[in-house]
Amino acid sequence: MLIRKPADIKPSEITSKDAYFSRREILRTGVYAGGSLLAGPGLAATLPEARGAKLSGIVPSEFSTDEEPNPYIDITTYNNFWEFGTGKSDPFRNAQDFEPRPWSITVSGEAEVTGTFDLEDFVKPHTLEERIYRLRCVEAWSMVIPWVGIPLASIIKQFKPLSNAKYLRFETLHDPERMPGQRGRSLRWPYVEGLTMAEAMHPLTIFAVGLYGEVLPNQNGAPIRLIVPWKYGFKSIKSIVNIEFTERQPRGSWQRAQPQEYGFYANVNPNVDHPRWSQARERRIGSAGDGLQSIFGAKKQETLMFNGYGEQVAHLYEGLDLRKNY
Amino acid sequence: MNTIKTVRFVLKPIVFLFCLVPLAMVFTDAYGITGSLGANPIENIQDRFGQWGLRFIMLALAITPLRQLSGYNWLARFRRPLGLFAFFYVLMHFVVWLVLDSELLMSAIIEDVFERPFITIGMVALVLLLAMAATSTLAMRRRLGSTWQKIHNSIYVVALLGVWHFWWQVKNDISEPLIYAVIAAVLLGYRIWRNKLQVTPVRA
Ligand code: HEM
Repeated sequence: MLIRKPADIKPSEITSKDAYFSRREILRTGVYAGGSLLAGPGLAATLPEARGAKLSGIVPSEFSTDEEPNPYIDITTYNNFWEFGTGKSDPFRNAQDFEPRPWSITVSGEAEVTGTFDLEDFVKPHTLEERIYRLRCVEAWSMVIPWVGIPLASIIKQFKPLSNAKYLRFETLHDPERMPGQRGRSLRWPYVEGLTMAEAMHPLTIFAVGLYGEVLPNQNGAPIRLIVPWKYGFKSIKSIVNIEFTERQPRGSWQRAQPQEYGFYANVNPNVDHPRWSQARERRIGSAGDGLQSIFGAKKQETLMFNGYGEQVAHLYEGLDLRKNY
Repeated sequence: MNTIKTVRFVLKPIVFLFCLVPLAMVFTDAYGITGSLGANPIENIQDRFGQWGLRFIMLALAITPLRQLSGYNWLARFRRPLGLFAFFYVLMHFVVWLVLDSELLMSAIIEDVFERPFITIGMVALVLLLAMAATSTLAMRRRLGSTWQKIHNSIYVVALLGVWHFWWQVKNDISEPLIYAVIAAVLLGYRIWRNKLQVTPVRA
């Protein structure tokens, strides 16, 4: 599959061919540390701390779309991240002072390996992949975003979930000192989201640590966030500090706030409307041009079932009434 | 210059120009001169027109209390223009929704108006504003007599519907509509209080 690169990043900056193939080599030899989070030699992904630093050793992915990604400015100035305010440009403004490092993640619940891990150790055993995905917000707009991340499945495997681990429950950092939006009660904090084990293990599901080949900007959920491209954006929880393997279906923050409007699954579905607006169509952000053209040239497009990822994920929901399980 | 002339030839044009600033800023923001329309320009202008519509409704409602409390009777001359600007901005809000947001897709429009209560409420408020705007001339006022006052009393309903509409469409954070709700409560509460004051001595 052809991977189209954003115009302002040279393909060589994303990953050189040599690096790409040597990484494949390592993958094939399959150095995998069981039990601990030890990296195999050379496989280690490193996360620089500096804001906007280039990530190295990123490999492309066949799951990427060849649609044109949105410009960096759209992706980083138009965000729903209520920890930094409820307006679309609040996260851009209010997250500038946020210090996402050092960062640790606590893994708990029904798994053999549990504990608290430094972010560095958490990502080290894995290879960074570029995943250019469509993102469909529940508010009926969409973007195309070149994430850099790690398949969640390979992370999960390291923790050796037990057979009664049916779901994953994630939590965002709760620290009103650092996240000014949490000083108000726009939502109940911390933000919580969850996935079924099958959803979490699906190859499309990733933990993103980068954007456009660089360290993930604060307003996009630094330093590590979930991406589930066939679900509405609010499922893709940001700035994750807790991961729990659990038997019980977790209740997400939006589901708790407005259960008639937001369900556990939140799969993109043009046939099931939000009670207050239609989900049949969406506006692709920034597709119209400059000046008045940006107003008069913008056209909506049809929303696709599972955000266009139906071929890969529809089987996960066989026999489930998606009208009831919205 | 006497007060009437000052109001007419100096204050009114100035106020008029100020009322057009939010409209002008859509253009200057579109070209990045004063700011920007952000990544979602249509939502941005639809929202700001709705917000200005609501602000002008509140401004128009504030004139009478200000006049009565200050004793400046010439303030009354700003009530009609402010009301008409309220109508203008709500109309722009509606047109953006109709043409740019709904793209004139009739089935979607009808579904929205009849099945989404916050839009139904907005439509009712718009129709009431339209009735007021259409009867806003002095000639109409003379011709309609007491009916005119009845029509124009619906501004109180419009203010409440406008706040309700805003309240209903936010996702979870009601802090912004709450501000308007408080302003509306003060402006309407003042009138109830004042009416009571006026009625009591007559009966006593
Ligand atoms: C007196 C009449 C009205 C007032 C004062 C008013 C005001 C507002 C305000 C303040 C908002 C919120 C903007 C924001 O989020 O910052 C809003 C949203 C909205 N209004 Fe109105 N409105 C009125 C009538 C209408 C009518 C007639 C329609 C369409 C038939 C309409 C459609 C909408 C829609 C669709 C939204 C949501 C926009 C979004 O998703 O961002 N409104 N309105």
